[in-house]
Amino acid sequence: MDPVLLARVQFALTIMFHYIFPPMTIGLGWMIFMYNTRYQENGNPLFRQLAQFWTKIFAITFVIGVATGITMEFQFGTNWAGYSRFVGDIFGAPLAAEGVFAFFLESSFLGILLYGRKRVSQKMYWFSSFMVALGATMSAFWIVVANSWQQTPAGYEVVTEMVNGVEVQKAVLVNFWEAVFNPSTLPRYSHVITGALTVGVFFILGTSAWQILKGRNTEFFRMSMRTAIIPCFAVIMLTMVVGHKHGHQVAETQPAKLAAFEGIWETQTHAPLMLFGLPDQEGEKNHFAIQVPGMVSLMVGGKFDTEIQGLKDFPPEDRPPVAIAFWSFHLMFYMGMWMALIAFIGVIFWLNKKLLDHRVYLKLCAFTVPIPFLANEVGWVAAEVGRQPWVVYNLLRTQDAISKAVPAGQVLASIIMFSLMYALLFGLWIYLLKNQFRKGPESIESLEAEAK
Amino acid sequence: MEALQITWFLLIGILIIGYAILDGFDLGVGFWHLFAKKKGERTAFIHSIEPFWDGNEVWLLTAGGALFAAFPPVYATVFSGFYLAMMLVLLGLIFRAVGIEFRNKIENEKWVKAWDIAFSFGSILPTVLYGVAIGNVLQGLELNAIGDYTGGFFALLNPFALFCGIVGLTMFAHHGALYLSMKLDGDIAQNAQKWAQKAWYAFLFTLMPTLAYGVKFCISGDYRFLPMIFIVLTLVVNSASFMFNKKGKAQAAFIASSVTIACLMLAVATALFPNVVPCTNNPEWGLTVFNSSSSQLTLLSMLIIALIGMPIVLGYTVFIHRVFKDKVKVDNK
Repeated sequence: MDPVLLARVQFALTIMFHYIFPPMTIGLGWMIFMYNTRYQENGNPLFRQLAQFWTKIFAITFVIGVATGITMEFQFGTNWAGYSRFVGDIFGAPLAAEGVFAFFLESSFLGILLYGRKRVSQKMYWFSSFMVALGATMSAFWIVVANSWQQTPAGYEVVTEMVNGVEVQKAVLVNFWEAVFNPSTLPRYSHVITGALTVGVFFILGTSAWQILKGRNTEFFRMSMRTAIIPCFAVIMLTMVVGHKHGHQVAETQPAKLAAFEGIWETQTHAPLMLFGLPDQEGEKNHFAIQVPGMVSLMVGGKFDTEIQGLKDFPPEDRPPVAIAFWSFHLMFYMGMWMALIAFIGVIFWLNKKLLDHRVYLKLCAFTVPIPFLANEVGWVAAEVGRQPWVVYNLLRTQDAISKAVPAGQVLASIIMFSLMYALLFGLWIYLLKNQFRKGPESIESLEAEAK
Repeated sequence: MEALQITWFLLIGILIIGYAILDGFDLGVGFWHLFAKKKGERTAFIHSIEPFWDGNEVWLLTAGGALFAAFPPVYATVFSGFYLAMMLVLLGLIFRAVGIEFRNKIENEKWVKAWDIAFSFGSILPTVLYGVAIGNVLQGLELNAIGDYTGGFFALLNPFALFCGIVGLTMFAHHGALYLSMKLDGDIAQNAQKWAQKAWYAFLFTLMPTLAYGVKFCISGDYRFLPMIFIVLTLVVNSASFMFNKKGKAQAAFIASSVTIACLMLAVATALFPNVVPCTNNPEWGLTVFNSSSSQLTLLSMLIIALIGMPIVLGYTVFIHRVFKDKVKVDNK
């Protein structure tokens, strides 16, 4: 088997499974902080109940995120030794910073949030809930810095040196801040965070709707749903705005990627937006294309005669796999639209005080729960596949980045191990979540008794 | 530049020592989890580490990140060279993490039992493998010119490395038992005190032959004096730990055990220095502190990050241990 393909399959498998969990904890973390803040402000025990219940859901999810995250940090060294040697001078620092500045903070205060309720003051508990959300959000920053540098390298120079008679190239840091705030860091970070928030808020909205439909703890979940609807609307709108900005940056810094996202082969002004189509890598064209004329030019440059570079401008060996990039990007976009629609309808109903009266709407909300998860996943697929064939854009090819020391059979064995283990973890996660919903929130009486 | 390189060698050493001391106790608790007879005792074991294990594991993540940043070729060589072992470490760490959090979520005999087993084996497996890895690095690896490991998987399972693995297990078992005796109340705390005594003998009896053979790595190094001092310190402080434990001073014994771990790791580090990964087939190809570090700017930037961050980290660690300073109650069922 092809060792490069195996290494890529393993990375895709482990990162995509891992990425189910952190976005949800970022989103839930801030919602829990909001509940704790409201409780702190007005002492309404309902908010205490909300915080308590969603913290339980948070805990089940968080631990799988942590456990599967270790795999990611090891993987650069285990499977991508060539990459590690090439980028270590730049890429390692954000990973270390993530540990020092974010993980320690998050894990310490999580201990208090989960097990320390009775041991600290109410204020300290509230503060811990803030720190947990902040820690999760900050860890995303450092890992996005690392990823963005792969996409749009900056603040470096490539040096060639002789190591034991072998010529070796590597990237060396020349400006720390330029590398950290490279051209795609902030556009990507804002989109990643808002995207992550959608997972948490739509999870609360959708699972609450599902519980109401089932007739379980309806009072509690009605309240829960009411708290989620405005955040859903605000967050998905923001995601789309910053996503649009992120698109501008891609057009500017990674034109081959943009061309693949939009399925544009010829360099042209008035570039059309393809809503549907099957890009054909070999034939350099699209089949069954349904297009809106001029829209890509308009969206990228604000006017129809903006020139968009086409894929044919790049040699075939430098083009990303167009069909995967196109479809993952478009699916993300359509799923975002769907979320916006659900949130918009919700706000209308909410303004008319009828949010909870439409069973069809409740069903749609419940059906929407997996959508933000999937949108986050395919968004990353678009970002990473769109960067191909480069692992560091225009500097290092993916095929040159793997660990030459590791036999393909061992990689295959570990893929099998991860597949089994992660399938089991996924099943357990769903099982425990369902179990938690079945148990429902603790009663207000017992929470108040505990407080005294 | 040399000062920076040495500083980073030491800082990574400190991160690894921090990991060994902190996660060492909860890995050790995982070992004793097998030996606790009552379900209530095992629950108390989990409670004793619940608020801490995640933070403890962050030391490993940070050490890994720092190694990647400061000595990229070392990170690449070791992690890809020990591929299967690393995958098994991950298997263990993932199951024990999930086990700690999931075990008490559902009241069902089989569920609890399954997670008890996952937690214990998920603790023992990485513990042994860490030792094996250190044993192999001390002896040196077979490398090619760019630093890829060429020795094959079974060469890693040599007697000295396996002995180091057992030393790791007995050392953490001792450390974990002391933690339990310090952290729990009543009969089980006394039990743990006895476990610690047994583990101490086991640690000593496995450490001595390993040291007897390992001395050759100390005297073949560039700095013969330092590792020998640390070995002597290890033995002295370790004896103190035994004495404290015998007198029932659990906290003092635990601190002594922590210092023992630190001294032993420092002995390894100084025996290696300036090598980080010696090469057996061609000494010229070995990775050293000086030929495999990142650039001056990276090391400097990282140093600033560490100087800002690490005091805060120590603050969190002290804070969380103060919040959860009470002894854990055991439900005797």
